Amino acid sequence: MNNTLSFDYIVPGDDFTRAGEASSDVKHKLKQIGYDPDAIRRVAIAMYEGEINMVIHAGGGKAHVEISPEKIEMILADHGPGIRDIDLAMREGYSTAPDNVRALGFGAGMGMSNMKKCSDTMEIDTKVGKGTTLHMTVLAKKKQ
Amino acid sequence: MNQFFHSVTLDKDKCMGCTNCIKRCPTEAIRVRGGKARIISERCIDCGECIRVCPHHAKKAKSDSLDMIQNFKYKIALPAPTLYGQFNNLDDIDIVLTGLKDIGFDEVFEVSRSAELVSEVTRKLMQEGKLEKPVISSACPAVVRLIRVRFPDLCSHVLQLNSPMETAARIAKREAMKKTGLPRSQIGAFFITPCPAKVTAIRMPISCKKSEVDGAIAISEIFAKLAAAMENLKTVEPLARSGIIGVGWASSGGESSALLNDKYLAADGIENVIRVLEELEDEKIRELNFIELNACSGGCVGGVLCVENAYVAKARLQRLRRYLPVSQNHIDGRIPGGMKWQKNLLFTPVLKLSDDMNEALRMMAEIDEICEELPGLDCGSCGAPTCRALAEDIVRGFAKKNQCIFIMRKEIKNVADALSSMGTFPLLSDEEEKKS
Ligand code: SF4
Ligand code: SF4
Repeated sequence: MNNTLSFDYIVPGDDFTRAGEASSDVKHKLKQIGYDPDAIRRVAIAMYEGEINMVIHAGGGKAHVEISPEKIEMILADHGPGIRDIDLAMREGYSTAPDNVRALGFGAGMGMSNMKKCSDTMEIDTKVGKGTTLHMTVLAKKKQ
Repeated sequence: MNQFFHSVTLDKDKCMGCTNCIKRCPTEAIRVRGGKARIISERCIDCGECIRVCPHHAKKAKSDSLDMIQNFKYKIALPAPTLYGQFNNLDDIDIVLTGLKDIGFDEVFEVSRSAELVSEVTRKLMQEGKLEKPVISSACPAVVRLIRVRFPDLCSHVLQLNSPMETAARIAKREAMKKTGLPRSQIGAFFITPCPAKVTAIRMPISCKKSEVDGAIAISEIFAKLAAAMENLKTVEPLARSGIIGVGWASSGGESSALLNDKYLAADGIENVIRVLEELEDEKIRELNFIELNACSGGCVGGVLCVENAYVAKARLQRLRRYLPVSQNHIDGRIPGGMKWQKNLLFTPVLKLSDDMNEALRMMAEIDEICEELPGLDCGSCGAPTCRALAEDIVRGFAKKNQCIFIMRKEIKNVADALSSMGTFPLLSDEEEKKS
């Protein structure tokens, strides 16, 4: 039997108070499953950043998470404006967050580079004007 | 087999099975079964939240009685600074301390004295940069236990220094041995406690093999006797030897401000504490050096074994502190080895579904399936705090689906429908009856 659990979440747009609900739910589940604490931490951070990004830039989206004993996969998809320059977006400290969002303390540029740091693989599929899909995996075994 | 000692227990006779307590327990440790509450021992962190909310006073805290001190030849009281906030119009801490001697103690050692030492050592260690930041205070034993069962990644951030209570017992006993010449076994040290978590910390310490504290007497237990003694004192002995820093530990924020460092956060009340720990875990809280967390709102002054309203006690302590020096206790030179923890804080995953991850995944899938069937009202009528908790109990084999009254109602309706439809079958004609 292929032991994989999958969960789907709707990430609401423009509601900061609810951003992070999906990642914290995933975190609780991973703890109950008995996942390695370091992997849990990396998933929680990567996914939270992804959720916040979706709220800030894309007006929300969908998150799909698959958990197996070997790895955790996260697919975050939105229909937002897309990313024009991925290299730039990946740079530490870079942010395109509008001022009103930055005033809230978000979008300080930790997003993309932090996600990359926390995940074992990360693929970005983005089309300007169409949206962005982010595919991240975190392996159960510690990143060396 | 009693692996877990708990200070918080249930008086079955008083419990009405009203389910008020199950919703407030931060670790989902309570179930109502057969009309009575039950505490799942390995989950309980002795925070006392259930004592606070039970309208029928069925939850209580085991602590020691004052008579217990008679088992020792030389008796030392270790009053928590919270004690001073319980008395009206008090302007001299010495009155409380002398009163303690009047009701049977030979010696008094203020816990606020050792709190000052703990603050000083913490400052030192933080300056040396040896601690993982942000450092999380270990003063509230309920918080330490909460981290141990729910926050694996934060265990290494917990300050591995003995609590002021434990440190006080060690110093006081050593001094008493020198002074009296008695062996350690004949000297008893008793903490005057504001909360049940401290009682548990003595009986089942996390930080060391055996606590040096010999008993914990609830503030509420000695309050009346002590208050009476304080009124009739002939002379007041000059015993107090702590300052603003030590006495400040009684209220939330006191330990933090003692660090003289402004990158700190102090949160109190178990729900707020959990919120902060969640965010810390996700690294949403950054750039802080120290985190002080107290399970009770207001800090120790809000403990369930206090007699006075937490806010009133806090106000009184603020007034008392005005007349004190900043700090009166210091370590000279090196950090005493006895102040450090003997054991590391180890994650104890009591909420984990199974040791086998494949099995845990299967159980998780089943829980989700059952949740779909449940109404999602979290009404508590089944005796579990939420529908999801019931689903977990079912999968773990501790509960049945029809404990949910909505499912039971559906089942009853099905049976009733079946029963009533039985009467509507056409009667057999005489001929058919003969054939059959
Ligand atoms: S609150 Fe809990 S312990 Fe108190 S009567 Fe109700 S069910 Fe029993
Ligand atoms: S003391 Fe706290 S953890 Fe223990 S059962 Fe009561 S509410 Fe739950």
